[in-house]
Amino acid sequence: MKSTRRGVISKRQTRWGWILIMPLTLGLSIWVVFPMGLSLVTSLTHWDMISPPTFVGLQNYIRLFSGDELFLRSVKVTLYYTVLSVPLQLATAFFVSMLLNSDVKGLGIFRTIYYLPSLIPIVVTSIMWLWLYNEQYGLLNAMFSGLGLGKVGWISNPKLVIPSLVAMSIWGVGNVVVIFLAGLQGIPLSLIEAVKIDGGNAYHAFRHVTLPLMSPVILYNMIVSIIKSLQLFTEPYIMTGGGPVNSSLSFVLNIYNNAFKYSKMGEANALAWMLFLLTLILSVVIFKTSAKWTFYGGDR
Amino acid sequence: MSSSRTRAVWKIMKYTVLIIGAAICILPLLWQIRSSLMPMEDIFKLPLIIFPKSLELKNYADVFVLAPFARYYLNTIFVVIVNIIGAVVSNVCIAYALARLDFRGRKLMFSLSIGTMMLPASVQLIPLFLEWKWLGGINTLYPLTVPAFFGNAFFIFLLVQFFRTLPRDYDEAAIIDGAGYPQIIRKVIIPLARPAIAVVVIFQFLFSWNDFMGPLLFINDSRLYTLSVGLRSFLSTFYTPWPALMAAATLTVIPLIILFFLAQRHFIAGLTMGGLKG
Repeated sequence: MKSTRRGVISKRQTRWGWILIMPLTLGLSIWVVFPMGLSLVTSLTHWDMISPPTFVGLQNYIRLFSGDELFLRSVKVTLYYTVLSVPLQLATAFFVSMLLNSDVKGLGIFRTIYYLPSLIPIVVTSIMWLWLYNEQYGLLNAMFSGLGLGKVGWISNPKLVIPSLVAMSIWGVGNVVVIFLAGLQGIPLSLIEAVKIDGGNAYHAFRHVTLPLMSPVILYNMIVSIIKSLQLFTEPYIMTGGGPVNSSLSFVLNIYNNAFKYSKMGEANALAWMLFLLTLILSVVIFKTSAKWTFYGGDR
Repeated sequence: MSSSRTRAVWKIMKYTVLIIGAAICILPLLWQIRSSLMPMEDIFKLPLIIFPKSLELKNYADVFVLAPFARYYLNTIFVVIVNIIGAVVSNVCIAYALARLDFRGRKLMFSLSIGTMMLPASVQLIPLFLEWKWLGGINTLYPLTVPAFFGNAFFIFLLVQFFRTLPRDYDEAAIIDGAGYPQIIRKVIIPLARPAIAVVVIFQFLFSWNDFMGPLLFINDSRLYTLSVGLRSFLSTFYTPWPALMAAATLTVIPLIILFFLAQRHFIAGLTMGGLKG
């Protein structure tokens, strides 16, 4: 009697379970599996979107690795941006959140102000900074000449353009500050005090309590900001168009150019798949190595 | 004595750093507003005029003359509303089933959904462009609205986490009373899950309002532009009307800032739910 009732419930649950998650099942097939498959097939062709595609096998991929200069450039630019921006973003955000967590008056106001930039749409941020970086009439150079320094070509100098974009990305790091701060507020004060009772100083508390307890949050933010950095597009698209002399040609901008500027859909899709693999490999590597430096308490 | 002095010095340093940081956060925004309130000839004068001499509100009117900005606004609001409806309806149903019902394949579907979070949006955009071209959806608002009805991994994750914290007693009582699952979702879950649903609404608002690559790829017709691509159309190599552009940028940001101040705690909740329970 009881088991049949259970059977009825579980049958009903199975039916309703699959009905309710129908959007997810359909969504994964329509918006992930199908387009990715379509993209994979397209990556094996030459196609200008006007005449019908011609099958070329792996040629698009082979060409990428046999000295496609724009491809190499875009990989370099993207990695340079990522390697520079991710550690700086995380360090800045962590530093600010530590300061905010140390018994500060007006915490709410500071948190709001620091969060504000990350609320601004990326298009607005790009336009705003394009204007700030303006060589003749921008605020930054006005301040520099006020200090008696010369005018700087923030985004017109090939050597400075990526650091300038990195500076911009640090400006928008407030959401990470909020996440770190919430994590820090969750650390029990008793643990910090225990270190002090044992004769430790602030550094010991930081090194042996704060850092280990925060490591999962650091890992999360690290992965999110790496994935975000690898996708750099809107800022160079709007501010520099990838220039000067391709010094800010990011991976995704190169994909976009191939697809919509040069009408090379095959190449663009091969590139999209390469970025997918690159992201996947990096995430797996970080996850695997993170077991060594993240701390999840005794119960995991 | 000296330790209290070092403490005072430390305190001054701390506040100095925090205030400089806060100034850096705000200054670009203030500079944008300043530039939106000055006549064209004044922003191109050297040495720079820091404060506007008079308020040139005409720039804000110019925004609507130089471009069909009202239209961009309406398009964006339409896209945002449809996306919010789609996100709430689909994700609440999906997350309820994944959190509460026991059926084969549940864990697999949950992991698959989480897996898509690792899939960068820009990787999918070219494939999605191909698909919409194939479906004939380029230059319509469908690519910007329809996908919202198929669930979003971030929201599913967030809602599943939240639903798991709700006591089961209510839904079990409702089942004994003979209620069906759709009824339970409507009458029991939705009222209890208001804070989590608020987070979904706010973040969907943010995603849709700020989305740039979507409209850039799918829409060529300027009558269908949203604010983000509309703003970009002000930029030109030959002549950029900077004061009007700054005014347009300010008009784009204002609704977000209002939303933020109305729902600040939901913003913080949404950010930390993703980051701390992950």
